[in-house]
Amino acid sequence: MVQFNLPKNSTIRTGKTWPKPDGATNVRKVNIYRWNPDDGENPRVDTYFVDMDTCGPMVLDILIKIKNEIDPTLTFRRSCREGICGSCAMNIGGVKSRGINTLACIYGHDEIEGDIAIYPLPHMPVIKDLIPDLTHFYAQHASIMPWLETKTNRPAKEWKQSIEDRKKLDGLYECVMCASCSTSCPSYWWNGDRYLGPAALLHAYRWIIDSRDEATGERLDELEDPFKLYRCHTIMNCAKTCPKGLNPAKAIAEIKKMMVERVV
Amino acid sequence: MSYLTDLKRAVGHGSAREGTMRHWAMTKSSVALLILTPLFIFTFGPMLGEPHDEVLAYFSRPFPAIVAGLMIVVGFMHFKTGIQMVIEDYMHGLAREYTIIATTCLSYAAAAVGVFALARMAL
Repeated sequence: MVQFNLPKNSTIRTGKTWPKPDGATNVRKVNIYRWNPDDGENPRVDTYFVDMDTCGPMVLDILIKIKNEIDPTLTFRRSCREGICGSCAMNIGGVKSRGINTLACIYGHDEIEGDIAIYPLPHMPVIKDLIPDLTHFYAQHASIMPWLETKTNRPAKEWKQSIEDRKKLDGLYECVMCASCSTSCPSYWWNGDRYLGPAALLHAYRWIIDSRDEATGERLDELEDPFKLYRCHTIMNCAKTCPKGLNPAKAIAEIKKMMVERVV
Repeated sequence: MSYLTDLKRAVGHGSAREGTMRHWAMTKSSVALLILTPLFIFTFGPMLGEPHDEVLAYFSRPFPAIVAGLMIVVGFMHFKTGIQMVIEDYMHGLAREYTIIATTCLSYAAAAVGVFALARMAL
């Protein structure tokens, strides 16, 4: 049966409240999920006060400022700082606004009303603090064969594609595999071991409709499964949360349409 | 300790090569119910609270009897597939399999009882 409550060793406790910065007049309260696998303690939420006059505009700037100036033990992933690498995906919200899975580097803290709350991506095992374990997520992506499959002899120069066919990949190829969509999907929460989730299915569709790919049938065969594909109930959280503005739910619906076209 | 690779774990038992027909069946029964539900409400509704003889006479007429029969059969087959989907979402392991068997039996039994009752009234 689905587990609706956290197990005892995962319930979140109130953590440390760090002192306010001296002399700061524009201070913001930031609550951050903390968990260290080495200390055997339950997760906790630490409270920090950040001087916004000396902080950059994005949520990632807040995290970097806390790590540099207040608490060097705070752990999170980040790399490009411009929404391309997908490393800094986390659940960000406020007291007045519900949390949303997004990239901290392109989410402005001025978009959040009241205190800021930062948690790791939901329903994923946590490695430490804001770092989720994405091993299974990446393996699911690998399972959909995210590469061009061809049987025809390789052309002398390149596989050609018309401008119209190339346009079909727009809104699909931009996915940076940040996992914001999959971790916002209730179907993925309950059956993430078998359901591929919106990100992997969006990538699957990207290769299915690629005019150069010759494994369309095999790709559809592999997806024809009550769990791999048909766990999607069009809840649309994926489209709502995607930091790149993509629509995985539409891609999944297109795959289902192709499946029906094969049998009817 | 398991030494399964991440890919092996993700692929699992592979594709069941099944699911589209169930999805297509649900789509078809949804469309059918979209038409049948208002028809059923407008044919069954007026008989609520009416005398027994009048209800018997009403359901011996072809149109109300056929609408009610279709509603019962299509409705319970739709229920069977829909509840299976819900169970697959929220239950795991053996409990999932037993519950699906139970709800399937319940759906067929309910449909059979409904059709039998209707036949007794209509014939």
